[in-house]
Amino acid sequence: MDGMILTLILLAPLAGMALILLLPDRDEQSTNLPAWLALLTSLFTFACTLHLPAHFVAHQTGFQFEENLAWINSPAIRYHVGVDGLSLWLVVLVGLLAPVGVLASWRAVKKDRKLFYALFLLQQTAMVGVFVSLDLMLYYGFWELSLIPIAVLTAMFGRNLGDASAAKAALRFFLYTFIPSAPLLVALLWLYAHTGSFDYATVQAAIASGTLPGWQLAWVSVAFLIAFAVKVPVLGLHGWLPDLFSEAPVAIAMIAAGKLGLYSLIRFHVELFPALAHRAAPWMIALAAVGILYGALLALVQKDFWKLLAYATLGSLSFCTLGIYGFTAAGMSGAVLQTLNEGIIGAALFLLFGVLYEPASASKLADFGGLATKTPRLATLFTIASLALIGLPLLNGFVGEFLVLSGTFTGVSRVWATVAALGVILSAAYMLGAIQKIFLATGAPAHATGHAAGHPSATARDLTGSETVAVALLALLMLALGIQPGLATDAIEPALQSITQSLRMGAQSRNAANLSPTHPESATVIASSPANLKGGR
Amino acid sequence: MNEPMLFLPLIALLPLAGFLLNGLFGSRLPKALVSTIALLFPLLSFALVARAAWMVHAGLALPVAEANAPTWIAVGTFHVGFQFVLDQLTLVMLLVVTGVGFLIHLYSVGYMEHESGYWRFFAYLNLFLFFMTVLVLAGNFLLMFVGWEGVGLASYLLIGFYIDRKSAGDAGIKAFVTNRVGDFGFLIAMFLLIAHFGTLSFSRITAQLSAHPTLTTGAATLICLCLVLGAVGKSAQIPLYVWLPDAMEGPTPVSALIHAATMVTAGVYMIARTHALFDLAPAALTVVAVIGTATAFFAATVAIVQTDIKRVLAYSTISQLGYMFLGCGVGAYSAAVFHLMTHAFFKGLLFLAAGSVIHGLGGEQDIRRMGGLRKTMPVTFWTMTAAVLAISGFFPFAGFFSKDAILAAAFQHGSTGKLLWMVGLVTALMTSFYMFRLWYLTFLGQSRAHSASDGHDHEHHHHAHESPWIMLLPLVLLALLSVCGGWIGIDRFAAFLAPATGMASAAPNAGHTELFLSVLAVLVAALGWFVAHLFFGRRTSAADDAAQRLAPLHRVLEHKYWIDEIYTSLIIRPIQWFARFGLGWLGELTLVRGSVWLLVGVTGLCGELLRRWQSGNLRSYAAWLAIGAAALLIFALAGTLLGMNSLADSIHWAVR
Amino acid sequence: MNTPVPADWYLLLSAALFTLGVIGFLIKRSLITVFMSIELMLNAVNLSFVTFAHEWHAVKGQIFVFFVMMVAAAEAAVGLAIIISIFRVRGTLTVDQIDRMKL
Repeated sequence: MDGMILTLILLAPLAGMALILLLPDRDEQSTNLPAWLALLTSLFTFACTLHLPAHFVAHQTGFQFEENLAWINSPAIRYHVGVDGLSLWLVVLVGLLAPVGVLASWRAVKKDRKLFYALFLLQQTAMVGVFVSLDLMLYYGFWELSLIPIAVLTAMFGRNLGDASAAKAALRFFLYTFIPSAPLLVALLWLYAHTGSFDYATVQAAIASGTLPGWQLAWVSVAFLIAFAVKVPVLGLHGWLPDLFSEAPVAIAMIAAGKLGLYSLIRFHVELFPALAHRAAPWMIALAAVGILYGALLALVQKDFWKLLAYATLGSLSFCTLGIYGFTAAGMSGAVLQTLNEGIIGAALFLLFGVLYEPASASKLADFGGLATKTPRLATLFTIASLALIGLPLLNGFVGEFLVLSGTFTGVSRVWATVAALGVILSAAYMLGAIQKIFLATGAPAHATGHAAGHPSATARDLTGSETVAVALLALLMLALGIQPGLATDAIEPALQSITQSLRMGAQSRNAANLSPTHPESATVIASSPANLKGGR
Repeated sequence: MNEPMLFLPLIALLPLAGFLLNGLFGSRLPKALVSTIALLFPLLSFALVARAAWMVHAGLALPVAEANAPTWIAVGTFHVGFQFVLDQLTLVMLLVVTGVGFLIHLYSVGYMEHESGYWRFFAYLNLFLFFMTVLVLAGNFLLMFVGWEGVGLASYLLIGFYIDRKSAGDAGIKAFVTNRVGDFGFLIAMFLLIAHFGTLSFSRITAQLSAHPTLTTGAATLICLCLVLGAVGKSAQIPLYVWLPDAMEGPTPVSALIHAATMVTAGVYMIARTHALFDLAPAALTVVAVIGTATAFFAATVAIVQTDIKRVLAYSTISQLGYMFLGCGVGAYSAAVFHLMTHAFFKGLLFLAAGSVIHGLGGEQDIRRMGGLRKTMPVTFWTMTAAVLAISGFFPFAGFFSKDAILAAAFQHGSTGKLLWMVGLVTALMTSFYMFRLWYLTFLGQSRAHSASDGHDHEHHHHAHESPWIMLLPLVLLALLSVCGGWIGIDRFAAFLAPATGMASAAPNAGHTELFLSVLAVLVAALGWFVAHLFFGRRTSAADDAAQRLAPLHRVLEHKYWIDEIYTSLIIRPIQWFARFGLGWLGELTLVRGSVWLLVGVTGLCGELLRRWQSGNLRSYAAWLAIGAAALLIFALAGTLLGMNSLADSIHWAVR
Repeated sequence: MNTPVPADWYLLLSAALFTLGVIGFLIKRSLITVFMSIELMLNAVNLSFVTFAHEWHAVKGQIFVFFVMMVAAAEAAVGLAIIISIFRVRGTLTVDQIDRMKL
């Protein structure tokens, strides 16, 4: 079972997709059979992904559940998959978010359901594939595959099809993500030409040996970096994010940003090119720290909730980038944790506001108000998710942010950490502001915002039973990860340890100036602290 | 060793259970059951605390740390657990929090009886107790931060309890965000502590400090200033006090519990808790003392002219918290905690009594429309009187002892101490004045409800009635505490706290000065009463005259120095403008969108050019085909013909 | 006189035929003539295949010729059918007027 589980996880959504496509067309309008099939498929896949943490051997470095089969002889592309602590929970997250996405689309998608759910499941396979591929070409295939359904579904099922803005958003996403993919492919081929292999470990060893031509390798790493940074997105490359969040179907928007890019940054940039990642680190840290503030400030003044969520997401993803490029154990663990958090919280918020958005297609904050009494369950869960997003202790967002910030502060740069921490203040302001504008009294006279027919506040409905269960589960997960982050970090940490170790060695042999641009003495603090820290309990 | 069972986690978890029960099922439960749940769990919690106190009295050695605390965050070498520790300071705080907290829960059962979100209110109240007990029981900074943020959350929820009022929502956000500014300082302080000590545990840090004080004064000052920022936010001191007056939007019991008795004192508690650090940073202590004194004075001036009964009390709270800061700042931590305790009694009482008045008048909060309530609400009147005497510092009420201890400590604290003491004394005068003003206007004289030009609240006064027993019982109990709470005396109190807060520098003082200062303080309080009596006791128009004569000053005070407006226009607006125009237009539209447009433009242009190539004309395609083939041929031949090996090499490279 | 014709001559003939085919393809306007030019080019290539096969005693080249001839035959069948249907629809076989497949 262990040997086949990853293949099963990859194939299950494809099987569901095939089944959905085989459904007769004529029932399309009357029944929601495709959605049911998609739900069953995604639940089954989720159950399969749960097999991974159940049988994962913690505190063991290296990949587990590996499968390594010959696929194409020349060029040597193998079907090589496996997970380690880094990808483990991300796979589970993809499994978890799929049923949530199906629920979020349940009422929103009214036509061409077959196509929608088929592509949705294809997207799921592609994302799992990205996390488990250990062959660079296989990885690239899944990476590209994961971009296509997003663009197609946004163009076809976008929320504002009438004014063609959905198509624009899709095109923008497509251009943003596909243009950097071309250099990525070239870079992959270059690596193959010089190492004769697409195998992750082989390529990694070849790069570590230092025999590859230096400046070309640097360009290769830059190609990798940019392709992933766009997908995260990192500040400056986020042009697609607000549009996609406003236009894409809810189920697609909730998975579009974050984890794929961040995972790839760690696995295929930091771990693959440790020395070169060091050189990029000061820039990435600066971009991330500024990005946190930038996202928070812009979220503060948005009038549209989707846009607000987009900039909030930009801010919270910047936390991840900050943690990754700080190269501290705490920071990187926090970054991976925060990636999970962002996925969970974002999904909850998307689903919840999607319910409010759907009847009247209204997303302006000013259109709502006073919904707390009308939609109590939605309001409660929305508040919990918002509190998790703004990093309230005992909810998951806090642990991730704290680890990233403390890692950055003690190990990298006090200045950037302080700048990033300012975002904590602002996040409370915009999220609570949004809660007030949606759910609490807005002070406007009742007849102006009105509860007249057709008004968003009048047509809003509370969550259905299944939606409540789904989001409540997400909320429980937020609480669980907030109280026992060890659930996730225990698996993540050993995987990161090898990375940070090789990074530190690389840093010492290279120039230490890149590591701690502002506080040289902080490195000694880290070095001297373990003895003290051990007793810190 | 036979470890005593103190059930420390249970003290916190019991209210949490109450919150969960009421929060999840409260909407479907009958009111009586909701109240039972809401009262039972805090009562059990208080019982545990009382049991612990009794065990301490019986000779249990403190501090007691919970063994085998569960891990919270463990990453790399960084390790933080859910570590609860009970020491003398915590015990005092716990007694106050759960004791006063329970009384206010009891009171709320009567006060909130007719409100619609009854279950919600008690769920939040229990949630608050959970976080507050976590805050005081925490054995490390991070766990304290959990309580710290958590009480902020509970405060946010309770301030915004009336969800149909926009002002309530605004006030809630203001409170939370202002507190977050302070929390930012707290966070940075924690990072600094991790960097310097590698741990966040109070006991470890203290041990490291006493074993080998490697911490430089500069580093200690930096850490302490960051902590002060946190304390200033939570305890509503200058410059972050602005949220507390607005927080009065919440139901009155909330104001009593959170915004007077417990949560706002967290900053003082935190400074006392981390006094080992502050002792290394005299500069930070000076900052604390100056902030405290300035806040005490400033808030007292504003309180003089406020007309909303709860706002007067709110500014009075800010002012009293300033006293506590002053106490901490001059190193008299035990005096500050002493005042914290007595203040919890009399300020809780004041708010509850005010709530009783508001309740009795059907929601009226303007003291200009009160008066003459002495007859109709005797219990409220007498308990309120005790509280007023206590806060004004009359012997032998509780406030006298604690305020006196702080002022005495300030007096003996170096050269700046005298100045601080002077300001403190003037503040005491003003305190006495505005409290008696409140007292006279509310309870004495004739009812002025009729004199209001708009007669819509006539019926309120007609129905002015004493509150039910369930509200009066807490009043009476708190009144007893306000009278007797200080009799323990600062010396014994300080001696008890000494293991936790260090020996107060001003503990052993010569009787003469002490006595002189005490007498002076009482005289000042009496003077305040006298002035208030002149202005408000006899129904003269003296107060209005004075207000008119000092019109500019009156205006300034009435508008609270326009601080809110200044903050709005100097901080909030510029940030919004910067975000909207600087980032939104310049950043997003120009750079980010601009690059997209550039990208789309270039792609579109290329497409436009290449499109023309696709003429559809068969012969043009054929011609291009031929040209391409010919070019390839020439390219392949050129190498061999001209002997250009490099070209051939490059072809090889390309093909490989 | 039984010296065989040198292989170069065959190749030159093949090149000449191919060039003729290309030129015909480019300058003729009738679709039928264009089609014949293609056949000409194919046969030019066939000729060079046979030449090399003979020269190097490799049978592969001759096999290729058969392939090409088969493809050419199939192409003739399909191509002529297309040409006829185009003529039916458009009423002309002038290449320049059949340009409706452009974007």
